[in-house]
Amino acid sequence: MYYTCICMYNPQRGGRRCNESIRSVENTKTKKMSAVKLESETMADGVSQLQKQLVDYTASLFDEAFLDEQFNQLQQLQDENNPDFVVEVVSLFFKDSERLVDELTKALDQQTVDFKLVDKNVHQLKGSSSSIGVQRVQRACIAFRDCSEEQNVEGCLKSLQHVKHEYSLVKNKLETLFKLQNQLLAAGGPLPR
Amino acid sequence: MEASSASSSSSSSSSSSSSKGFMENVEQPHVLAVDDSIIDRKLIEKLLKNLSCKVTTAENGLRALEFLGLGDHQNSSLEGNISKVNLVITDYCMPGMTGYELLKKIKESSLMKEVPVVIMSSEYVPKRINKCLEEGAQMFMLKPLRQSDIKKLRCHLMKLERT
Repeated sequence: MYYTCICMYNPQRGGRRCNESIRSVENTKTKKMSAVKLESETMADGVSQLQKQLVDYTASLFDEAFLDEQFNQLQQLQDENNPDFVVEVVSLFFKDSERLVDELTKALDQQTVDFKLVDKNVHQLKGSSSSIGVQRVQRACIAFRDCSEEQNVEGCLKSLQHVKHEYSLVKNKLETLFKLQNQLLAAGGPLPR
Repeated sequence: MEASSASSSSSSSSSSSSSKGFMENVEQPHVLAVDDSIIDRKLIEKLLKNLSCKVTTAENGLRALEFLGLGDHQNSSLEGNISKVNLVITDYCMPGMTGYELLKKIKESSLMKEVPVVIMSSEYVPKRINKCLEEGAQMFMLKPLRQSDIKKLRCHLMKLERT
């Protein structure tokens, strides 16, 4: 039986000797077999690189006010009992927000706009954005509320566009954040706290 | 109504430790959390479970009253729930019955009036807060809630127990 490749996992001690014995064998097939060293240092480097990437990315989200302290609070709530807590809450938020944006779009499309309904939905969206810590969406909702209190349809339509824009930005950012976290976990690294 | 009472707290609290649970002589206080936002319900449930509480959530005042045995069909068979709930925490702004109206109904009932009720809101409106406190609310809390808020709540309620 001939192998095409040998993978040596953590070859710190036996790696060189193993390689030498392979190369000294008469049989050409075995002699020419490729050897791949998977050293733990390389793996550790990979993990710390991913960790740094995640820390930097997270920091940028806070710097640009996509996220605020409340998001930190959510992350602190995640534990071994609820290892997917943040993703679960954020998924609920995505679903709920999309529903509310639909309702708002419909409400503002009516001949006679029901501002009470608009206000109710914006209030809910403001509340949930605040609970998740997505600051820019929350701020957009506050401005939206001002327009609906003034019963200003044009203003409301513009506000809705702004909310939709901020929402899609932060949704993208959060999905990227979760992807980075998953990459880090898959590489065997712990998530930075 | 979400049956989160079925998945009661995963931690086993010791009865002698007063650092766990709201009340010293209650091992695992049962809290009824009322909020129309599914996100806030999930959050408050986690915050409370982290402090060894058993949590039931309700999405509106009517469901909350039903759970407390104060619903329209005042069934004596539901009285079992009455002795179990140690605290009600409710959002103020809810469609249909507001948190204030729920508070009033609880305080008006002979069976549940002793149960502490906490009001939460994302808006700081002093008139609203005073109205609730005058109606018998134990505390007002500003959203979004944090673990530190729940800890403060626990201390406040434990002091109540001692007086």
